[in-house]
Amino acid sequence: MENLLNIFVKSIFIDNMIFAYFLGMCSYLAVSKTVKTSMGLGLAVIFVLLITVPVNYLLEVYVLKKGALVWISDSFATVDLSFLSFIMFIAIIASIVQLVEMFIEKFSPALYNSLGIFLPLIAVNCAILGAALFMQEREYSSIAEATSFGLGSGVGWLLAIVALAAIREKMRYSNVPAPLRGLGITFILTGLMGIAFMSFLGITL
Amino acid sequence: MENVEKEPLLSAKNIKLMSNPLGQENPITVQVLGICSALAVTVKMKPAIVMAISVMVVLAVSNVVISAMRKSVPGRIRIIVQLVVIATMVIIVDQVLKAFAFEVSKQLSVFVGLIITNCIIMGRLEAFALANKPWPAFLDGLGNAGGYGLILIIVSFLRELFGSGTLLGFPVMEKLGVYKTGYEDNGMMILPPMALIVVGLIIWFQRSRNKSLIETR
Repeated sequence: MENLLNIFVKSIFIDNMIFAYFLGMCSYLAVSKTVKTSMGLGLAVIFVLLITVPVNYLLEVYVLKKGALVWISDSFATVDLSFLSFIMFIAIIASIVQLVEMFIEKFSPALYNSLGIFLPLIAVNCAILGAALFMQEREYSSIAEATSFGLGSGVGWLLAIVALAAIREKMRYSNVPAPLRGLGITFILTGLMGIAFMSFLGITL
Repeated sequence: MENVEKEPLLSAKNIKLMSNPLGQENPITVQVLGICSALAVTVKMKPAIVMAISVMVVLAVSNVVISAMRKSVPGRIRIIVQLVVIATMVIIVDQVLKAFAFEVSKQLSVFVGLIITNCIIMGRLEAFALANKPWPAFLDGLGNAGGYGLILIIVSFLRELFGSGTLLGFPVMEKLGVYKTGYEDNGMMILPPMALIVVGLIIWFQRSRNKSLIETR
């Protein structure tokens, strides 16, 4: 339990998807104009990460890893399919996003209306594939750890985009040098926020 | 660009396809595409150059492939077809890197895989390859990947020079004897957030030179 909590906190603050690895920057920069829409996108990212990371974990452990196919027959013990992981992960992510979209549309139209436009965007959000690849690289030992990592990364992403959107809403009233307006100042802001987040380095629970 | 004899292949219009994305329509600083993987690999110049070349190969080849089959792919399933083409190319690049440049491929870790979701590639396939012939699509791919690589190399040049005092691993600052004057490496440049700030400054510089790019609110 402590271990799970540790992974969760670590993936929110220390290994933050945006400030430490710059994943999902495209939608982070494009959607962070108002707090409301960025909240919607952030929730959608959490939701998708919470589902795709465990599913990809199962795929990795039972299909892709070296010797993962022994549950079919012992003769597969030397088969290593890990070179297929990119294409498998992206296929899983794209189809799950599609499924989730259809599911939400059917059972919760209210949620669909608030997340609706963001869901298809998420299939090509680097943060989702990035989380799957980090999960593979760090070799989490159980599905609970992988889930906690997925949830934590999502929460960290939400935190970052909502914070940036809040700052950008205030920025509207300040006099930024003309060439720096828009994109330039957003980059520098994100950099400064990243430096602030670096103060979490070295925290272990 | 160097081969001027082949006029029909490299006409003025085609050269423009390649040179425009280097500055005026730079994918990173103007179109805001492909930032995700651009920043994390720029601590040292070597991984940045390898990354730029990988993106160039993937983008140019998948642009040609998609453009060659643009008439036979139904519109509704084009995204998944594009993803499959890109993912296949990325797997090939990844395997080649693992075989011939293992050290660099370790440093790049997940970022080679993340070329799949790099918005430059999807963006160019959607915006250009689907509507143009293979040869212009190839040039467009080279140009855009070149613009991406240019920013990567500038950022990594600055970060490696001021962060660790080396260029491509060669100790420039030490050879120049700068340390004797009391100069010290700026450890801040190695930290991830500085990549963002450096790109921010590049955008500032570019837009103050080229007023037409300034955003109006």
